[in-house]
Amino acid sequence: MTAALTERTLRRRDVSVTAEDVRQALGAVLDPELDEPITDLGFVRSLEITRSLAGAVVTVHLRLPTSFCSPNFAYLMAADSKDVISALPGVAAVVVELDDHHDSALINAGLAADAGYRGTFGQEAEHSLEELRWTFRRKAHTAAMERCLTELLRADATLAEESVGTVRLGDLPAGRSKDALVRRRTALGLPTEPAAVVLVDHDGISYPPDNVPMALRRARSTRISIDGNAHFCRGLLRTRYAGSGADQTDRPEGAEAADHHHLLPFTVKEIHP
Amino acid sequence: MYSKDGENYFIVDAHVALWDARPENQRNIQGKQFIDCFYDYHRNLGPEEEHWSYEEFLYQGGERLMKDLFQDGYVDHAIFQPAYLGAFYKNGFAQVEEAYNLAAANPGKLTYNHCYDPREGEAGLDRLRADHEKMKFKGVKLYTAEWRGESRGYKLSDPWSYRYFEECRKLGIKNIHIHKGPTVRPLDRDAFDVADVDHAASDFNDLNFVVEHVGLPRLEDFCWIATQEPNVHGGLAVAIPFMHTRPRYFAQIMGELIYWIGEDRIQFSSDYAIWSPRWLIERFVDFQIPEDMTEYAPLTVNQKKKILGLNAAKMYDIPVPADLQLPNADETKTGPRQPERADLAGVA
Repeated sequence: MTAALTERTLRRRDVSVTAEDVRQALGAVLDPELDEPITDLGFVRSLEITRSLAGAVVTVHLRLPTSFCSPNFAYLMAADSKDVISALPGVAAVVVELDDHHDSALINAGLAADAGYRGTFGQEAEHSLEELRWTFRRKAHTAAMERCLTELLRADATLAEESVGTVRLGDLPAGRSKDALVRRRTALGLPTEPAAVVLVDHDGISYPPDNVPMALRRARSTRISIDGNAHFCRGLLRTRYAGSGADQTDRPEGAEAADHHHLLPFTVKEIHP
Repeated sequence: MYSKDGENYFIVDAHVALWDARPENQRNIQGKQFIDCFYDYHRNLGPEEEHWSYEEFLYQGGERLMKDLFQDGYVDHAIFQPAYLGAFYKNGFAQVEEAYNLAAANPGKLTYNHCYDPREGEAGLDRLRADHEKMKFKGVKLYTAEWRGESRGYKLSDPWSYRYFEECRKLGIKNIHIHKGPTVRPLDRDAFDVADVDHAASDFNDLNFVVEHVGLPRLEDFCWIATQEPNVHGGLAVAIPFMHTRPRYFAQIMGELIYWIGEDRIQFSSDYAIWSPRWLIERFVDFQIPEDMTEYAPLTVNQKKKILGLNAAKMYDIPVPADLQLPNADETKTGPRQPERADLAGVA
């Protein structure tokens, strides 16, 4: 036991952090709006590690689908990236830069100075971005819930819309949709045992029968919105940055035929006299 | 007018622009970023054969607009919705004067809507009155993420927004078109949130609020508030081109809109010059909700006719030939407008 522990500690000290370690760490950083890892979305543009006496110096560049993506989301992703890399053993310094954004200068300066959200945005920031994160965690849960229930409705023609209000987690077939739902329930602190009712609000409260169809409909519009945005953002990134499609992981939810054609001719947006 | 399979469609393009984004008019890097973003939208969502060169995209001019809309594009009437963006462009992004003059020269074809910024306070109110005296517009386009000095946006529920709505009411400006953008203070919350439209629409229930892009990227928030308010409408700018690359997503957008806001409150918009109306109209008339999406009823010809022109014509009192008119659907003032059209087929 002791020998094994010592060996592991030694190995950690000897073997410096690798690009794969950094990439894996970045896999825990989510786009708060789309609720997907930035590594799956292709937002990590480059990753470089140099060595110093104190340890590894990691430089990461991030890119987004448009210059006008919300600065609050952009900041969260960049700041979270810096945090997860800094936490890796053997890392002495981290530089995270957001490229080609209307707020690049502001955000990059804030990151370099570890100024925090309020220190970065000054008068544009009031409290914190925590509530914003929660808004989208709730939406991600709503979408995951609707996906599971609509799959049930489609699979069983005898199931009435009104009756999905009493479906329990244990009634759902195992699979990707259920796994996602359980993950999102955990994030919100909602129960995940088989007896738990699926269709609930953010506080875990189920709906009286009369309100079930409307709750499902509202959840559906949320799911459509998130799937649509997730694919539009992926597509715009591919249009904006040639070859970025290779860095993206396919998203089965909401996928369409066009998603298999990633190659749009790249255009340099300058006038050529 | 567009005709297909013996049906005639009166076309109103409810959101067009005449812009100048050429480098000599760009004030800063944001001016270039803004038009580049539009150009990526154009290329990402439009069919390849409809792509313009970057240079064409920077500036079109009135002659090209008239050709693309009325000669090639089947449009009977189009409405200018200017975004001024003075912080990004020296002479503004939307060419307000040029658009107004073009509309004045083609009154049967073009309607000019104006724009204002409530952060200009009293001086802006004076200018709004003077502009209205000269231009007599019935509608305005508000871009809430417009930058101004230190401020990078405002809300429709701000006190000054209300002062301006009161003025609109006095002047007879009835139609308020809204485009939400991403940079509104404080950054703590979701800037695309359309909750402020809800407040304004409740308090000014004699004005029409047309939420452009049907609230995208927050379709769900838009549908919900539009369901509460009888005077909230949706413009299809930026939503309709999804028909090409993402037809299933577009089908769901339409299914949701019909369910929540109904067929009388949706307006067709090409968002020219991001896209041209011709291919959008041709494909929308041919468009249908995929059969496997049993949660939505198919779109009817009459719904398409209303969306493509009759709804906006009604809002703007644009004359429509008698044989092309359609009665309003028997929809409730609030609540889901057509819940019966959105039942799962399996349930029946």
